Amino acid sequence: MTKEERLKKRHRAEKRFRFYGLTSIFVALLFVVILVQNIFSKGSSAFKKTVITTEVFFDQELLEIQNGAPQEEIMEADFYDVMIENLIKAYPAKDRDEEDELLKLFSGDAEIEIKKAFLNDNNLIGKTITLDLTASDDIDQLHKGNYPRDLPEERRRISDFQLVIYDYFVENKKISKNFNNYFFNNGDSRDPELAGIGGALVGSFYSILICLLLAFPVAVLASIYLEEFAPKNKITDFIEININNLAAVPSIVYGLLALQILLATIQLPRSTPLVAGITLALMTLPRIIIPCRASLKAVPPSIREGALAVGASKFQSVFHHVVPLALPGTLSGTIIGLAQALGETAPLILIGMVAFVVDIPSSPVDPSSSLPVQVYLWSESAERGFVEKTSATIMMLLSFLIVMNFIAVYLRQKFEKRWN
Amino acid sequence: MNIVLIFLITIFSVSLFFYGKSKTKTISIKDDIKLNALPKFYGYYLVLWCSIPALVFLLVWSLFEPVIIKSIIIETAANQGAIFSDKNEANLIYEKIKAIHLGTFFGDIDSILKESALAYAKFINLFTNSKVVLIFGIIIVSVIYSLKKIKNNNKARDDVEVILKGLLFVSSLIAILTTLGIIFSLLFESIKFFSVINIFDYLFGTNWSPQRAFVRDASSITAAEFEELKDAFGFIPLIAGTSFIAFIAMLVAVPIGLFSGIYMAEYASIKVRRISKPIIEILAGIPTVVYGFFAALTVGPFFRQVGENLGLTVSSESALAAGLIMGIMIIPYVSSLSDDVINSVPQSLRDGSYAVGATKSETIKQVVIPAALPGIIGSVLLAVSRAIGETMIVVMAAGLAANLTINPLESTTTITTQIVMILVGDQEFDSPKTQSAFALGLTLFIATLILNYIAQRAVKKYREKYD
Repeated sequence: MTKEERLKKRHRAEKRFRFYGLTSIFVALLFVVILVQNIFSKGSSAFKKTVITTEVFFDQELLEIQNGAPQEEIMEADFYDVMIENLIKAYPAKDRDEEDELLKLFSGDAEIEIKKAFLNDNNLIGKTITLDLTASDDIDQLHKGNYPRDLPEERRRISDFQLVIYDYFVENKKISKNFNNYFFNNGDSRDPELAGIGGALVGSFYSILICLLLAFPVAVLASIYLEEFAPKNKITDFIEININNLAAVPSIVYGLLALQILLATIQLPRSTPLVAGITLALMTLPRIIIPCRASLKAVPPSIREGALAVGASKFQSVFHHVVPLALPGTLSGTIIGLAQALGETAPLILIGMVAFVVDIPSSPVDPSSSLPVQVYLWSESAERGFVEKTSATIMMLLSFLIVMNFIAVYLRQKFEKRWN
Repeated sequence: MNIVLIFLITIFSVSLFFYGKSKTKTISIKDDIKLNALPKFYGYYLVLWCSIPALVFLLVWSLFEPVIIKSIIIETAANQGAIFSDKNEANLIYEKIKAIHLGTFFGDIDSILKESALAYAKFINLFTNSKVVLIFGIIIVSVIYSLKKIKNNNKARDDVEVILKGLLFVSSLIAILTTLGIIFSLLFESIKFFSVINIFDYLFGTNWSPQRAFVRDASSITAAEFEELKDAFGFIPLIAGTSFIAFIAMLVAVPIGLFSGIYMAEYASIKVRRISKPIIEILAGIPTVVYGFFAALTVGPFFRQVGENLGLTVSSESALAAGLIMGIMIIPYVSSLSDDVINSVPQSLRDGSYAVGATKSETIKQVVIPAALPGIIGSVLLAVSRAIGETMIVVMAAGLAANLTINPLESTTTITTQIVMILVGDQEFDSPKTQSAFALGLTLFIATLILNYIAQRAVKKYREKYD
């Protein structure tokens, strides 16, 4: 091999090596794109729900209430017959079986929706109005095109006759898509068309709030101690090693800790945001302390010395000068820690947040779910409608995380002082 | 009640602050004394003395009150003839008694329960009253003490700072308390587990089927049952499955992460680096439950489909799918850390290599990487410890049955999956099945601790070498 050939070979190797590096960056970026694209394409349809425009006639004989009835009376009145009476008119069905199949196209909440319309305007007796009633999950998925209709009938959840009704609805423009208010307002439900993340949102909010209230002050105080006051001795070293190790302990171990200490020993109520918040706080604490210490360390000694020189005590120099300067870094570290806590699932499963909770929690000691746990729960469900709900929940979760991370980056860039 | 007490303590503290501040001011003006601290520090001093002892007492009391009341009530119920064979029944009866007291119980109430509910009401009353009395006692004593102190014109600032410093120290101790809590809670149940199951049967058994021990009280196991349980808790298939999935994950994460770290540190322009680094780090910020969902619903079925087309039987919960997705999650851990490590290799080493005519890639391969090797190994070990502790991806995408297999297309299970499966839903607290989850947790904790220790040592040693 001549010199030139050897050089060429070495240059080819150089190019190859560079190519590997570029490819792996590209592959990593590609994964991000595929993941996000996959979730968004599945989930974006969940923000709309299919509704069937139906004429509803409020029959006095069936309702047994008067126009202008007080609210309590309406709440107690039975709207079931009115619902049946009106829904079967949506399509000219021939017999009972066909009527049953027709009724199955509406959601389980059709009666409540009609009642709500009457609650809004209690002078509707004897009148006919048009209402957009929520469609059942099967028709919802069909209308959104998530559901193949060319399968043989026995492998479909929708019968041939229901498809005929659906086509009739489409032809007469009785079916349309509205904003899915249930997805944001409702708690969990066994019916995908009625299930929402309202409960999970509130649960997550309480958990993160408790986590913030517990972890932030303790983390800031602990890092101030370790960075500014702690003498260099064995105890301090031990605490430091401890914090570094705790930050790397798998999150599920914190779940076991919470199960044994918080639930079995102290007997706090299971499945509640209170326990979730404490568990997440213990888990996030070391993860906040590390960036807090880094931002305290970044404040140059001259600041402290300047304060000490004009007669401030050690405490005053730290709390009047160092801490305010380190605050942006501290806050952004805390927000990033909280963002991690918001997405944490495993410890919450162990403390029983997987319970099926329909009601939206009104306080941190009510049983509740949280956003990531809701993702886990729904992903285990078989119904087609839950796939889009799960993806949409992930979209909500990711957008919260993105907002939090942006705030963290903004705080750091806007307020952090550069010292050199 | 507690909220009222905290509110009262706050009001006392605030008023004491203003009292202390104005009092010292007037004294100093009237008697022309030079104060040892600014007047507000005398206020702070009073506040700290008024609030801290009372709040600490309230916290400790609130933690222990329910536990103590419960044990008393269960004992009185037992004395009155209530029959319960184990802890769960006792808990149930206690809950009933509590519900009767609150008026939310709708069922048959027999005389024992009624008596106990009355006793419960009595104890709750007693405890609440004594709590209030004790807290006020504490406040009065500590306020009198602190008022005396500030009357003598003590060095209030120094004293306040000593107390605050104590507070700071206590905050930093919480990390140690957490570690102790983890160790004790894991050890406590694990010891119970190992008193039933021999530790060697656990460590070297090749069969994991904890459902055999379902709802079985550890204290009353017969000899026949014991024989059966003996080989239900074999750890080998779990550690094999865990390492196998982690190994697949590392096969994905190490090459991609390392090469992107190298490219970012050595080749990329500042602009490329500034854009691509945060995007890759997004992968670490995505909640793992999202990866789990993606693996279970998209990747698993996709592999299965591809396998079918190739004529292979691929489980839809294959180790390959879980491992691949876990590997993607771990890429940024490897790439960021190795990027940092490579960046801290001194430029002089590179310059020396260029000077003798090496190309950039030759320099990287023969000089930079060997120099950075301890740090890179450290970052890979940290990534391994992430992989074996990762829970949601494997819970959602890996299998539940413990198969001993090295075929990546079959399903296998992991330590974390089993912990979740055992503890999700209702648990029998005294069955070996539940306790085994804690034994698994302990094993996991120790394993990650060792890995982290080695990794941190390696990275630290390496840093010291070039600092």
